[in-house]
Amino acid sequence: MTSEDLALRGVNFLWRRFFNWVAEVGRVTMLLGDTARMLIPGLGSFRLLVQQCHAIGVGSLPLVFVVSLFTGAVAAVQAAYQFSSVVPLKFIGSVILRSVIIELGPVLTALIVGGRVGASIAAELGTMKVTEQIDALRAMAINPVRFLVVPRVVGAIIMLPILTVFADAIGVFGGWVVSVTSVGVSTHTYVTGLKTFYYNKDLFSGLLKAVFFGGIIGTMGCYSGFATEGGAEGVGQATTRAVVASCVLVLISDYVLANVLFRFIFAS
Amino acid sequence: MIQIRGLKKRLGQKQVLDGIDLDIQKGETLVVLGPSGTGKSVLLKHIIGLMQPDSGSIQVDGEEIVGMKEHDLDEMRKRFGMLFQGAALFDSMTVGDNVGLGLREHQRLSDKIVRQRVAERLEWVGLRGVEDMKPASLSGGMRKRAGLARAIAMDPQFILYDEPTTGLDPVMSDVINQLIRGLQRRLGVTSVVVTHDLTSAYTVGDRMAMLYGGKVVFSGTVEDVRTTRDPLMRQFIEGSSEGPIRPV
Repeated sequence: MTSEDLALRGVNFLWRRFFNWVAEVGRVTMLLGDTARMLIPGLGSFRLLVQQCHAIGVGSLPLVFVVSLFTGAVAAVQAAYQFSSVVPLKFIGSVILRSVIIELGPVLTALIVGGRVGASIAAELGTMKVTEQIDALRAMAINPVRFLVVPRVVGAIIMLPILTVFADAIGVFGGWVVSVTSVGVSTHTYVTGLKTFYYNKDLFSGLLKAVFFGGIIGTMGCYSGFATEGGAEGVGQATTRAVVASCVLVLISDYVLANVLFRFIFAS
Repeated sequence: MIQIRGLKKRLGQKQVLDGIDLDIQKGETLVVLGPSGTGKSVLLKHIIGLMQPDSGSIQVDGEEIVGMKEHDLDEMRKRFGMLFQGAALFDSMTVGDNVGLGLREHQRLSDKIVRQRVAERLEWVGLRGVEDMKPASLSGGMRKRAGLARAIAMDPQFILYDEPTTGLDPVMSDVINQLIRGLQRRLGVTSVVVTHDLTSAYTVGDRMAMLYGGKVVFSGTVEDVRTTRDPLMRQFIEGSSEGPIRPV
């Protein structure tokens, strides 16, 4: 094979990749459009929404608890190390609070929920697809987007901010435990630190991010599930794709939102 | 009645349907025969609008469903019941919720009436007291029957059966065949049965059509099938590997 052939094949490969990617973005956008169109009828089935909120939110609580506790604890250890003889330890509470509510709480919660819930949504819908259950819904004149996608996407959008509030609280608590027991800061100092640099807009921006992350996780889980082809192998691939796509998109949108929120909206 | 004209569908590299012409008369049961992979299930999915053809026409009681809007298709689908190959029961729901789903979604009936109807339809297919069970805990035959109960819950005018006896033992196959026959008599519905099970075809069918190479290569009454000299049909009913049908 000449180098020209090789170059041509390379260009061809990249072009096809790019084309597939654009097509995929288009299909996700179409699913989002369908979801928006089916939003009102979909919310009519309140029971389905509650079921999903329970599965997404309550089911994720133990995992979010453990991860947040240790995140706060590590934040305290790291802060104490980096402060050493440069910044007074009375600021430890401020640093933990702000890093947890702006960044660690929402992002880590989204990554965990993205892994847990994104995978389970993709596996469930993927199995429904390959066993013709989605076709059966359509054959019964039931719109699958209304019946399956709307409750999951809306459920994730509702539950992510709630889980984030929970994660924030547990993270700050974890930071307090370490600060008091091993860093040598009193509870009073820690709490004063918390209050000193607390701004509502920090908490608000974290929760707003969580809303977007919830939308991403729900949508990518449903999209991957619906796009499943083949049997068990296809379901496995759909699950992986949902988790990878959710996590990457959460991190990318985190960057975009950080710019929008802190450079424009809350810039002052 | 259902009238299909010049139906063509290509999936990937394969021309699955290559100009299908079929008429299904009101109240009759048409059996669509053919070797595996000849597009029988694809044809069924076109009839209920789950797939759209590349070209051709499907008319249900004179109404064209090719190119119909999803909303109008849904109205059309409410007149259909479909039994899927693997029954396609929703495994997150109980059997009772499966059977009652269409009623709950489309008809404003009280919970009591829905439950009565569900119990009645389950009884028609010989299942009693399984409402609270999950589909996963049912046997293959029970699942098929539950799927059938779901298909007939809304009193359809048309029932589509995709391989109703595949994977069942001979006794259970006959139970299903008798049920199809019985429902036919009880409801007077128009049915399309896709199968490659000849015993089933002879039991339930009024007319038969054979699909091969994306086309209808034979169509006639059960008696025509028994006496035909058509080489494709003969090879299929004799179950021989020698002849014009080449295994895919």
